[in-house]
Amino acid sequence: MTTTEPAIRNRQTAAGDVVLSVRNLHVTFPSEAGLVKAVRGLSFDLLAGETMAIVGESGSGKSVTSLAIMGLHPRNARIAGSITLHGRELVGLSDAEMSSIRGEDLAMIFQDPLSALTPVYTIGDQIVEAIQTHHDVGRTQAWKRAVELLDLVGIPNPQLRVKSFPHEFSGGMRQRAMIAQAIANDPDVIIADEPTTALDVTIQAQVLEVLKKAQLETGAAVIMITHDLGVVAGMSDRVTVMYAGRPVEQGSVDDIFYNPRMPYTIGLLGAVPRLDATNSEPLATLQGNPPTVVDLPPGCPFVPRCPLAHAGCREQEPELAPVGPGHTTACWESDRIRAEKLTSKDIFPAPVIERTVFESIPRDERDTVLSLAGMKKHYPLMKGAVLRRRVGTVYAVDGIDLDLRRGETLGLVGESGCGKSTTLLEILNLHSPTDGKIVVFGKDTSRLNRGETKTMRRDLQVVFQDPMASLDPRMPIFDIIAEPLGVHGWSKGKIETRVMELLKTVGLEESHANRYPQHFSGGQRQRVGIARALALEPELIVLDEPVSALDVSIQAGIINLLEELKQRLTLSYLFVAHDLAVIRHIADRVAVMYLGKIVEIGTVAEVYNRPSHPYTQALLSAIPIPDPQTERTRTRILLRGDLPSPANPPSGCKFRTRCPIFEQLTPEQRTPCLETMPPLDPAPAGAVVALQEAISLSATARGAGDTRVDHLVACYYARPTKVL
Amino acid sequence: MSIDFRISEEPEALDGATAPIAPISKRLSRGQLVRRRFFRNRSAVVGLVIIGVLVVLALFGQYLLPWQFDQRDLGQYYKPPSAQHLFGTTQAGFDVMSRTVRGLGKSLIIGFMVAIIQTTMAALIGSSAAYIGGWYERAWLWVIDLMLVLPSFFLIAIVSQGGPKGQYAWLLLVVLLAAFGWQLSARVVRSLSMSVKEREYVAAARFMGLSTPRLLVRHIVPNIASMLIVDVCLGVGYAILGEAGLSYFGYGVQAPDTSLGTLISEGAQSTTIAPWIFLAPASVLVLLVMCVNALGDGLRDALDPSSLSGGQA
Repeated sequence: MTTTEPAIRNRQTAAGDVVLSVRNLHVTFPSEAGLVKAVRGLSFDLLAGETMAIVGESGSGKSVTSLAIMGLHPRNARIAGSITLHGRELVGLSDAEMSSIRGEDLAMIFQDPLSALTPVYTIGDQIVEAIQTHHDVGRTQAWKRAVELLDLVGIPNPQLRVKSFPHEFSGGMRQRAMIAQAIANDPDVIIADEPTTALDVTIQAQVLEVLKKAQLETGAAVIMITHDLGVVAGMSDRVTVMYAGRPVEQGSVDDIFYNPRMPYTIGLLGAVPRLDATNSEPLATLQGNPPTVVDLPPGCPFVPRCPLAHAGCREQEPELAPVGPGHTTACWESDRIRAEKLTSKDIFPAPVIERTVFESIPRDERDTVLSLAGMKKHYPLMKGAVLRRRVGTVYAVDGIDLDLRRGETLGLVGESGCGKSTTLLEILNLHSPTDGKIVVFGKDTSRLNRGETKTMRRDLQVVFQDPMASLDPRMPIFDIIAEPLGVHGWSKGKIETRVMELLKTVGLEESHANRYPQHFSGGQRQRVGIARALALEPELIVLDEPVSALDVSIQAGIINLLEELKQRLTLSYLFVAHDLAVIRHIADRVAVMYLGKIVEIGTVAEVYNRPSHPYTQALLSAIPIPDPQTERTRTRILLRGDLPSPANPPSGCKFRTRCPIFEQLTPEQRTPCLETMPPLDPAPAGAVVALQEAISLSATARGAGDTRVDHLVACYYARPTKVL
Repeated sequence: MSIDFRISEEPEALDGATAPIAPISKRLSRGQLVRRRFFRNRSAVVGLVIIGVLVVLALFGQYLLPWQFDQRDLGQYYKPPSAQHLFGTTQAGFDVMSRTVRGLGKSLIIGFMVAIIQTTMAALIGSSAAYIGGWYERAWLWVIDLMLVLPSFFLIAIVSQGGPKGQYAWLLLVVLLAAFGWQLSARVVRSLSMSVKEREYVAAARFMGLSTPRLLVRHIVPNIASMLIVDVCLGVGYAILGEAGLSYFGYGVQAPDTSLGTLISEGAQSTTIAPWIFLAPASVLVLLVMCVNALGDGLRDALDPSSLSGGQA
């Protein structure tokens, strides 16, 4: 990499020096309900070149911290304490003074790159502006630097793309451009606020790689704000865990992940479903919700959720105290946790979920509740306002086959735009798809009369992703849950008893029935959504990313609830998600989708332990695992580029444009990939190859598969590989 | 009046700001909840009370007042307010107070009927057009656009002149005013419904098996209720004004019947010499419209669970 460094060199510190020091930071907002104490006493030192992660759930004050450091907090916020950069105090500086520091010494990468880049200027203009604001360099030189930066963050054809507008970039490319802009002036500190939360896993892996590279090039210290413990494990050197505006545990990444000494950290780590966990025992659940930061009672704010709490915890809030070298916790019980070697299992007992006899019935002997045969959904692409004409077709779902048996959970995974949500909506619509068949409970949906449709609507229910959007804000909880019962003609008295029963089933109280949805937290709202889906005692529930909008500690509770309900009520789930770790935890079988096609399907054990399609392998390798040591030693397959548009899919195998195997093939070997989409055939038998080897080995045609094993894969060069 | 076309977005409250949920022993129905929230709003309650008083006055005023609206006090022309005639008399010797009460009654009936009819039409047509879409939507949009370009004032004038005469002639006026009043609101309702339609709870209700009319009434219309209530309130004002304008030119309420509009236009001719003839009906009109608006605000806050003024449910 050649960079014109002398022009814009600006390093004031050597490695190991303290660059940014935050002491006893308090941020307070006024609100109708009282003072919101968003940050209550945060201190840390950031060393040059290191990465510190700030972890916490929504409302824990992590984003407010980043805004306070940048001086971008709302004007009505009151900031107390001290923030020093190279020994210079930042608290109390005017906005104009901060402007000379922002972008120069301090840079920020935001979560949503679409709203963080100005749509009316080209990417190049925006980077040039960032450079020229702080440095007296000529326009040509600044443009040259912009091109180099784009090259550095891995944008193909930077000479050309520098003149593109943000909307011409995909999400991942925009985030790369943001990183380029952030490092343009070689800052000392980069604050990344949830930089990959809005991105798909394969893109997330690319962007994290770029971020690491950018940090290496510039030697900047990075503050990584995230809720994803996997990202923390892979990226950071040190970690600060925040709860209710206060740091509750600080230490090196290994201390936090392997020797947590604060019940909240322990619970959080226990609550994450692990991609590499082979058992599917219930997850540790933290009861309750994060507290409001208005009028906190005295004592530790974690008390209501902490099984170790005692009277002393309620009286005084613990300060951060050292428990090891460079490791501090704010907990009265840290010594006990160390002495008794308490783990999440000891502190947060996971619920015992009884397995029903149903599980022992072999799959083939159970009824099929849902089957798709060659199901296609194409949307016309129209153009023109007056004379509308068809200019193309979006191949949203392009021929998929799957079946779901009673009492089974099928996970449907893939990145956004792969057609998983379309599949789900097509099933729910109960109409005939563009092509192929949807058979629900043995009946073809294209030939349903009114009565049958109604019966089917009773037995087939849905839980949506966003629990706020899926509950009518105008209706109290009671009416929301009672609605499907009313539609199916239940009497008033029966509805009343049934709703109360349902509230109890999903872990809510009867007294909640009068409340409106916005009086509930995300997790509670999702419970209401589940109660509504259960009201009519359905047989099949379709779940569209039911936990992806929830915080980790809440998510675990919902996953356990779904698991328990499935066992108790013998439900079948079609579970759509992008999070492969959640799917591994909850599903029996999994189908991986790519551009409207299923590329691999089989039992969870088969697909996760012997992934054979290169896309599945890439997906699995891209997901960060909340384990620092594993993260450091893992090999990743980084896919190139983005998902092609479903309106213009590649010929032959849809994955070939991003396929790492395809790249290695000789022209003759490529012919089948270019011509026809490989059929779903039994996955090749034989020993798994290590990922490291699989990458270096030359491709060979797939081996014969065992038809008795429930594992199909659509690739001419499929090879079972050990990714996890 | 603060017009607030909110489609009940997600509340901006902090995630943690959910108040601890206190147990309530008895379950309240939605109607009870809304009522409870409404009665916390003082100005709305005052508005409701004044409207109540005005309605009672309009209904029973003729039995309580010493003079009838069509009764002349011969020899008492252009008399200022006195003990005998509290609001004075008109040029022809009519008692201003009893005429105002009579006119108030007519204006109230016309105003509320027109507003309710036109808002109902706007809600049903606008939301169904947005929800059903396709040809149904295009046909309604065409009708709306066509009716918007028609000179409604002349049409109403012509039709009401050609219509039946007599005691109930004003009902035709109500129908005509409503028929030409719903279009703009329907367009607003349509565009608001378009965004409500995309919400997941509408999809959820559809997948539950709810029929289209029930879905419109239960999920789409309540979520644009704030706008509809504001629309009814504004509609009352507009309808009364529209009726007054027509009456002024002699096309509206016909003598011997009278309305606030007729009275105001009568009084306007002699404001300089006998201002009381104008002031009495005009002040009643202002009071009426203010109270209707306060009532509308209160109802909106009570129906909108995310508003703070409604207190806690």
